[in-house]
Amino acid sequence: MPKDFFRLHGLGEPRSRRRFLAQVSFGLGGVMGLMLGVPLIGYLFGPLIKRSPQQWIDLGPVSDFALGQTKLVSFTDPSSVPWAGQTSQTSVWVRQTAPNAFDVFAVNCTHLGCPVNWLDGARLFECPCHGGIYYSDGTVAAGPPPRSLFKHETRIVDGRLQAFTIPLPTSQLSEYVGNA
Amino acid sequence: MSATPEARPKTLWRRLGGWFEDRSHIYEGLLPIVQHPVPKGVNWWYVFGSATLAAFILQVITGVALAMIYVPAPSGAYQSLQFITSSAPLGSLLRGMHFFGASAMVIMITAHVLRVFLMGSYKFPREFNWLTGAFLLVLTAAMAFTGQLLRWDQDAYWGVVVMAEQAGKTPVIGQLVAQLVVAGSTVGGATLTRFFATHVFLLPALIFGFVLVHLWLVVFDGISEPPRPGVPVDPATYKQRYHEILEKDGEPFFPDAAWRDAVFAVLMFAVIMVLAAIVGAPQLGKPADPTIVNADPRPDWYFLWYFAVLSLIPPVLENFVILSVPVLLGVLVIMVPFVSNRGERHPSRRPVAVVLVVGMLLGLTVLTIEGYQAPWSPEIQAVQDVAIPPQIEQRATGDAAQGLQLFRIRGCITCHALGGAGGRKGPDLTTVGSRLTRDQIIVRILNGGPNMPAFGGNISDQELQQLVAFMETLR
Ligand code: FES
Repeated sequence: MPKDFFRLHGLGEPRSRRRFLAQVSFGLGGVMGLMLGVPLIGYLFGPLIKRSPQQWIDLGPVSDFALGQTKLVSFTDPSSVPWAGQTSQTSVWVRQTAPNAFDVFAVNCTHLGCPVNWLDGARLFECPCHGGIYYSDGTVAAGPPPRSLFKHETRIVDGRLQAFTIPLPTSQLSEYVGNA
Repeated sequence: MSATPEARPKTLWRRLGGWFEDRSHIYEGLLPIVQHPVPKGVNWWYVFGSATLAAFILQVITGVALAMIYVPAPSGAYQSLQFITSSAPLGSLLRGMHFFGASAMVIMITAHVLRVFLMGSYKFPREFNWLTGAFLLVLTAAMAFTGQLLRWDQDAYWGVVVMAEQAGKTPVIGQLVAQLVVAGSTVGGATLTRFFATHVFLLPALIFGFVLVHLWLVVFDGISEPPRPGVPVDPATYKQRYHEILEKDGEPFFPDAAWRDAVFAVLMFAVIMVLAAIVGAPQLGKPADPTIVNADPRPDWYFLWYFAVLSLIPPVLENFVILSVPVLLGVLVIMVPFVSNRGERHPSRRPVAVVLVVGMLLGLTVLTIEGYQAPWSPEIQAVQDVAIPPQIEQRATGDAAQGLQLFRIRGCITCHALGGAGGRKGPDLTTVGSRLTRDQIIVRILNGGPNMPAFGGNISDQELQQLVAFMETLR
């Protein structure tokens, strides 16, 4: 039937006016598709092309952190949109391991990203999702996590602790985030 | 024909109708479609497809209503849902209908797929309907997932994080995919609007499109006749035979078959309404807040089985399961109608198909129950609020009483239950004193085990003595 259709309307004839017009119409349709598609794809992929750069975050004066204690610190994510509300906040677990030496762990479990909880009595991080458990130094104690907790890079500037942000997804990070 | 149009008096009403039809051609165009002949014997097993469509329409209508109040921004989403649920007139009912409607759609499309598979309805010449149906199944799952996110509570927030992490595992383009989904490198405002637009515009438009093709093909190729054992499909003769079946005793789809669809859809609506009215809209969890790590993220019930899979697969297989299994499953599903487009259709002649379906249903049920109970997750809350059974508390005196406190404070209770209270990640320790010797208990605490942290170096001698003294009272 389509074959008949093409014959009937002269679309099969090589170099016929009708065939030419059909081709032009299809071609113009494609042009319209491109006109819509290119900006749209650019718009959707925008966040990736225009990466918001990772940066140093202030976590407070060093004196806020007692030696050997693990503490949750929240900060405003510099890359968040103005209407992000509470989700513009991010947290990290901070632990002073020796005077002026800090471990700053991402709260995200290295398994699939759920937030790990520090149990001060147990001195363990426990993940509520699939049962990942870590020791206080971030190494895996039990459960599915494939590696120790991600550590932020840290530095101390003018007596204040700073950490370098980590982007999602963490599964791609192993190359450049400190391995505990 | 009982009476020719001329024989009846031409009332104004009828003349209006005639004029309308003359100008619009609605009946002329639609009647042949709604009255396309279907084989006699099409029965109650055939209602699930239309029920899925009915549920979808219910979702569109209740969804539009919810969108009139819902604010798709992190600073307002949760509050607007709270407003819908507690203050908007009939808001709780509508949210409930949308929630149970989603469940209905998931259940109905699953039932429909299983019916089509078990009856071999996907065989020649209906291969493409199987494929469009497979896409609709994926789209329905995507609707369920994106919808859950719009609740913007802790479950939703961490659900997206977990999803992005999985997407991030894709080789080469993982990061791109994950960041495209969450619209950036963190889950936040841009994520919610992206999921909102996907949930209310993109996916429904795709569903409408695929449903149209799906129905179009049903009209063209007809509803499959109920299978009979010993009557195989042979592509060479099937169309001829189907044509004869319709010739012999085909019935118009409307109303001879459609009445069952109507009855079933009304029953389904009634169940949804009753559940929405009595059970109501699902509780909102705590609002999405990345600074409250004390979360207990769980997916909605239809994804609990997958939650269990993620928890139970051995780590070595994990990347394979997350990345390759969906692709393999997709390929398998696409291959189904091409690998077996001929042959017997009746389930009694297709034991492999039946075993597959029963096995799959059993597996899903078991995994869903596991996912619901989630024994692998530590009871983090138990450190604070567990109630130790009194008979255990009474027996613990002196050192053992100190040990009982440690058992709670040091987090043992998050993984080990005592008389039913506590976590279930590790073995129940209600009677550990009669199972293990003092030395064995000490070794286990200090060295840990394959799925237990070692407490050596993390516990003082005195604490260890007290803890062991307590465990020896557990008999
Ligand atoms: S995300 Fe922590 S165990 Fe899976």
